[in-house]
Amino acid sequence: MELVSPGLGLIFWMTLSFAIVLFLLSKYAWPLILNSLKERETEIANSLEAARQARKDIQNLQAHNEDLLKEARNEREELLREARQLKDDLILKAKSQAEIEAKQIVENAKALIEQEKTAALSQLKNQVADLSIEIAERLLKSELSADKKQKELVEKLIGEAKHQLN
Amino acid sequence: MIIRSVRLLFFAFLFFIAGSVSAQHSNGEEENTSATNTTTAHIEKFNAGKMIMDHIIDSYEWHILTYGEKHLSIPLPILILHERKLVSFMSSAFQHGHSPVFFDQNFDRILPENLNSTENIAFGLAIMHEGKHKSKIAYITADDYLLHHTIIENTEAGMPYDFSITKNVVSLWVGLLIILWLFFGIARTYKKRQGMAPKGIQSALEPFIVFIRDDIAKSSIGEHKHEKYLPFLLTIFFFIFINNIVGLVPFFPGGANLTGNIAVTMVLALFTFFITLINSNKNYWKHIFNTPGVPWWLKFPLPLMPIVEVLGVFTKPFVLMVRLFANITAGHIVTLGFISLIFIFGNINVGLGYGVSVISVAFAIFLAFLELLVALIQAYVFTLLSALYFGMATEEHHE
Repeated sequence: MELVSPGLGLIFWMTLSFAIVLFLLSKYAWPLILNSLKERETEIANSLEAARQARKDIQNLQAHNEDLLKEARNEREELLREARQLKDDLILKAKSQAEIEAKQIVENAKALIEQEKTAALSQLKNQVADLSIEIAERLLKSELSADKKQKELVEKLIGEAKHQLN
Repeated sequence: MIIRSVRLLFFAFLFFIAGSVSAQHSNGEEENTSATNTTTAHIEKFNAGKMIMDHIIDSYEWHILTYGEKHLSIPLPILILHERKLVSFMSSAFQHGHSPVFFDQNFDRILPENLNSTENIAFGLAIMHEGKHKSKIAYITADDYLLHHTIIENTEAGMPYDFSITKNVVSLWVGLLIILWLFFGIARTYKKRQGMAPKGIQSALEPFIVFIRDDIAKSSIGEHKHEKYLPFLLTIFFFIFINNIVGLVPFFPGGANLTGNIAVTMVLALFTFFITLINSNKNYWKHIFNTPGVPWWLKFPLPLMPIVEVLGVFTKPFVLMVRLFANITAGHIVTLGFISLIFIFGNINVGLGYGVSVISVAFAIFLAFLELLVALIQAYVFTLLSALYFGMATEEHHE
């Protein structure tokens, strides 16, 4: 029976002491502890989030870098191709130019030759004419005595000149 | 500064404990033999039931050990409110409960040698040994004592207002000092090590605090309202847990059956009860007086459901009170029962007593481990149920 009959004194002291301790802890200990816990938890959560974000950023950066690299490589290729094209074009152009120029030179040369030839011919003609005149003069001087002989000479000379001209 | 001095006090206390342990260890063997000796010498049988009862109920002195015929116990102050005046004296005046104490008209104690006539006796007090008020202080009349000159077993003179600092009150203060020291200590650590990983005692207690917050308070009361009740839940959890553990320590200042005392569990349950009532909302009372989802004929004309629900309001804290009391007391009784076996067998044959002691101690150790588990479980259950009751009282109406 004494086991289940609560004592007045113990109830009194228990209520008083427990209430005081409850008050003291609720005012000075628990808020501090719980706030610190909560703060630490938010801090940890934030840090984790920040780490995740950083990892993501790095990944993005890497992807970006790769893109840049790829772009640069493409650009280089493009440039190279263009350069090659340009080179080929240049060579081609130079070749055709050279051909044209060579043709021109040949043409010029031909024209010059023709000109020289014509000049030479006309000079020759003049010379032939001069020569003929000279011949005629001499013939006239020497052989104008006999008519027949004169005729023969003239024909012989003309035939010679003809032969020469052809 | 205060915390440091508290800590110093605590260590002084530890030294005191260590001293008493070594004293007990060196005397343990003699105690055994002396117990058997005295029983054979006085032909007074070892009464296991009485011994166990003496250990688990409250006491006006703190008995540490008996060595031969000598009792080593700490006398505690007796505080009696008699006719609106506080009468105080040390419990040693009762001579381990064997003598009554008498007072004159001026509330002065009459020493036994001056106790010749009943003339100047105003009132007397004695610890009852039998009957309804067993082991409590009751009023006795001078005639009671002078007629019988023996231990008073029962009295009709009534009960005084007894505010004595009993063994359990001392144990309560020890437990509360430990709690204050622990939690003011870790509160300081939390402040000093803001945002850092826990360290020392802090890391030992943090899992409990977080568990109570997340798995008891938050899940039972709700995300938004739990913070208001958290200080109380944490305090009762650690109060019950630490005092359960202190109660398992078999030597001074442990070993008092504090959390197995009905007055202590009653006060704890009443705290829960009143906090529930104060915070209860309209929805809670609606559930009690007009329980939704129940056929109308259970409420009218005979209000069966309301009666059951109103009873439930009172049975909930009552069950809290009884559960803690019964669990802790039962643990103490069973452990002491195993220890008693040694002396019961020792009474038959000393050698048999020594033989049984091996088995008994093994069982007592097993029980001590079990009790450690029970200490935690009961603290958890009390806290969880309190949190559930708060949750019920503050639950909002939802369709």
